[in-house]
Amino acid sequence: MIGLNHFLTLSTILFCIGIFGVLTRRNAIGILMSIELMFNAVNINFVAFSRFVTPTALVGQIFAIFIITIAAAEATVGLAIVLLIYRNFKGINVDNINIMKW
Amino acid sequence: MLSFAWIIPLLPLLAFITIVFFTRRNQKLSSLISIGAICLSWIFSVIVIASVLKNPVPSEFEFTWLNLMGFQVKMGILIDSLTAIMLFVVCTVSSLVHIYSVGYMQGDPRFSRFFSFLSLFSFSMLGLVLANNFVEIFVFWELVGLTSYLLIGFWFEKKTASDAGKKAFITTRTGDLGFIVGILILTTAAGTFNFREMFHAVETGQIPFGILTLGAIFLFAGAVGKSAQFPLHVWLPDAMEGPTPVSALIHAATMVAAGVYLVARTMTIYLAAPNAALVVASIGCITAFMAASIGLVQNDIKRVLAYSTISQLGYMIMVLGLGGYTAGTFHLYTHAFFKALLFLGAGSVIHATQTNDIWEMGGLYPKMKITAITFIIASLSIAGIFPLSGFWSKDEILTVASHYPNPIFLIVGILVAGMTAFYMFRLCFVTFFGKPRDQHKFEHAHESPKVMTVPLMILAFLSVFAGWVGIPWLQHGYGSFVFHQEPHHAEPNYILMIVSTLVALSGIYLAYAMYYKKSISPEKLKAKFPFPYKVLYNKYYFDELYQIIIINPIMKLSGFLFNRVDVGVVDRLVNGAGNFTVFLSDVKEWFDSHIVDGAVNGIASLARGTGSGLRRIQTGQLQNYAFVIFFGLVLIILFKLS
Amino acid sequence: MLTGVSEAVYYILAAIIIGSGVMVVSMKNIFHSALFLVLCFFGVAGIYILLSAEFIAAVQVLIYVGAITILMIFAIMLTARLYSAQIKQSNEQVVPGLIIVSALLVITIFALSKTTWKLSSQAPETQTVAEIGKLLMTTYVLPFEIVSVVLLSALIGAIVIARRD
Repeated sequence: MIGLNHFLTLSTILFCIGIFGVLTRRNAIGILMSIELMFNAVNINFVAFSRFVTPTALVGQIFAIFIITIAAAEATVGLAIVLLIYRNFKGINVDNINIMKW
Repeated sequence: MLSFAWIIPLLPLLAFITIVFFTRRNQKLSSLISIGAICLSWIFSVIVIASVLKNPVPSEFEFTWLNLMGFQVKMGILIDSLTAIMLFVVCTVSSLVHIYSVGYMQGDPRFSRFFSFLSLFSFSMLGLVLANNFVEIFVFWELVGLTSYLLIGFWFEKKTASDAGKKAFITTRTGDLGFIVGILILTTAAGTFNFREMFHAVETGQIPFGILTLGAIFLFAGAVGKSAQFPLHVWLPDAMEGPTPVSALIHAATMVAAGVYLVARTMTIYLAAPNAALVVASIGCITAFMAASIGLVQNDIKRVLAYSTISQLGYMIMVLGLGGYTAGTFHLYTHAFFKALLFLGAGSVIHATQTNDIWEMGGLYPKMKITAITFIIASLSIAGIFPLSGFWSKDEILTVASHYPNPIFLIVGILVAGMTAFYMFRLCFVTFFGKPRDQHKFEHAHESPKVMTVPLMILAFLSVFAGWVGIPWLQHGYGSFVFHQEPHHAEPNYILMIVSTLVALSGIYLAYAMYYKKSISPEKLKAKFPFPYKVLYNKYYFDELYQIIIINPIMKLSGFLFNRVDVGVVDRLVNGAGNFTVFLSDVKEWFDSHIVDGAVNGIASLARGTGSGLRRIQTGQLQNYAFVIFFGLVLIILFKLS
Repeated sequence: MLTGVSEAVYYILAAIIIGSGVMVVSMKNIFHSALFLVLCFFGVAGIYILLSAEFIAAVQVLIYVGAITILMIFAIMLTARLYSAQIKQSNEQVVPGLIIVSALLVITIFALSKTTWKLSSQAPETQTVAEIGKLLMTTYVLPFEIVSVVLLSALIGAIVIARRD
């Protein structure tokens, strides 16, 4: 018996993995990937709620589509920034990019 | 329906703003804007007077300006027959003076500024006339004072001009002090600033008699200052340093009449306080006589006219004090036209000869026919020769004076009429007839341009006919239009008419005999009565008197304060205090360097230590920040769950 | 409710997702991380099919697997000097990060188990593609248009940012 809670748990685990990646990855591209994992966790949530709470309305799926679109835009811009950082800092390790401190 | 009247003062204000901010550099455009505004105002004033004639019920419009915890100060306009007449007079004279100024001020480097000031003055004066309460009238009262100051000192490079401006401002301010005290007294007693509400309070006897009298006398102080009455008259002759159109507009026809207007406007108060009214009448009477007698011997054409103005204003004040509301305002109305004409004519002469001294003129009649003829018409009018307008208004005044039990006012009135006729025709004969005394100036003289002579002709027309609205045989004349409480129908007093005309004629004849035919030598008279001549020539020594009793004591007091008090006492105190301070400083220095500095440095190093500790948090590593964010998130969720 | 085969499929997919997710965040080689990311996305697509959201599943494969991951791999290639180097790929926040993340996980799952949802027992929509198309063109036409503008500006923005000038 797989119910809503199973999917929610799965998405929570995936989300936490994403957070862990964001917190620990040194590579900027790695951080972007972790963020994509978090997006996917959120999408699973939306689709699961759509399936189990309002099976006929499809609102959750529509939202998922929008989130995927925004995620695509985010990835594009993010990677462009990564390239720019690479060009200016000769590397993409975020712990080298710490000019915003005292 | 008369609510549009607020436009009348607004137009010149707009002109002023436009000239100052936009068209200052373009002289022609500036003068056109200024003239256009005042002419439009004139049209509106004609509409106002026409509708007031049709329906003489006073109308009032106001809005709340300040709301001080239930005590409201309002701004508004009050239109009754007096306002309508004043609007008409001010607009007429002002627009003619505007036009005349185009010729007179030609080539002046501050041409545009002159017109902006004229517009500002028109705004202030029209606002003063329209005001419906004491606060508003005071505001505009000061505004006209300001523009008067600005215009007297218009040629401020000349020291006499800037001094005259200051003198006028300070002297009238002395009166204004009384004015504001009077306003405060009356307002405190009546609880309102509004004219009509206050008059109602006066008429129903809500204000104690003593307070009313006191308030009325203080109020009159303002009129004394502004209308140059004894003893504050000294500023007006000096004010002749300003450009002549200004003298005509401000110091003859309109602004100086503001005091008369004020007394007329607050007539109810003076009727309820006969003691104050007697003060008013006496001051007016003294002024009329004194100024006329000074005018007999002055040599500066504008100064003679200035003393004539003071004397005529005294006439009006006197008759208002005697309760002659209609007579006073009627004379104000006719006087505005012929006095403006006299000044503008004098301006035309000065323009042609470049001098103010009548003894440097002479024989100008053939050269300046229009100026001479209009000037003589105005002189006839002011002398009160039948049937010019001055005759009717002077006759009204004398009629009122003859009803007063004490004949002194009537006698002085007739005397003044005679003196007026004499000094005016002395001017006429010396200036326009006889042999030219200064050949160079005579040859230089020429008739003024059209833009100056046309206003002269219009004013001459008004000087002859404006008074006809007050002919006593007329059923619906001036007296049934401008009146206090009930229509005033003066019964013609033929004896008085004949007497006053004879006196005026004899004055003229005396002038003719002395200065034209030379059958009586002025020099011999001078030699025969040296003392009266000197007194009159020196204007009763008023300036010297003020110099001695007011200015010198103040200067001496200042000198004493400086030498004794400042140097002797204050400086020593200051030095002592200084030494003491030095001692205190020494003590303090020790305290500072040992205790305060220690504390300050301690605090500073504490702050620095905390800072260098805390700045470790600011790593610049985004992931550290993200960590803190999620840590906070966990905390929040835990907090919500528990 | 899903039973039988679906149940088994769910567990397999969950294992793939979690396993590959962990690999994504822990691999030393960033290129390998990207490959595991692809696997993870496929797993999520499978979950969508299980939830009878076929259209989303297709979109997931097309956009995430087909576009975003490829973009990532491009970026990795362009910054090539680092991707295979044997340098440390994670920072010193591993232990505190683990603590925070597990705390978050525990309390979230705890909260989930305490919540009762307003479940519906209706059968899910079968014609999802047509229905989504209709909704996007009617009710959600405004967000749809806005998101297209966002995409366009992101496109232009990315070009502007990455341009070599």
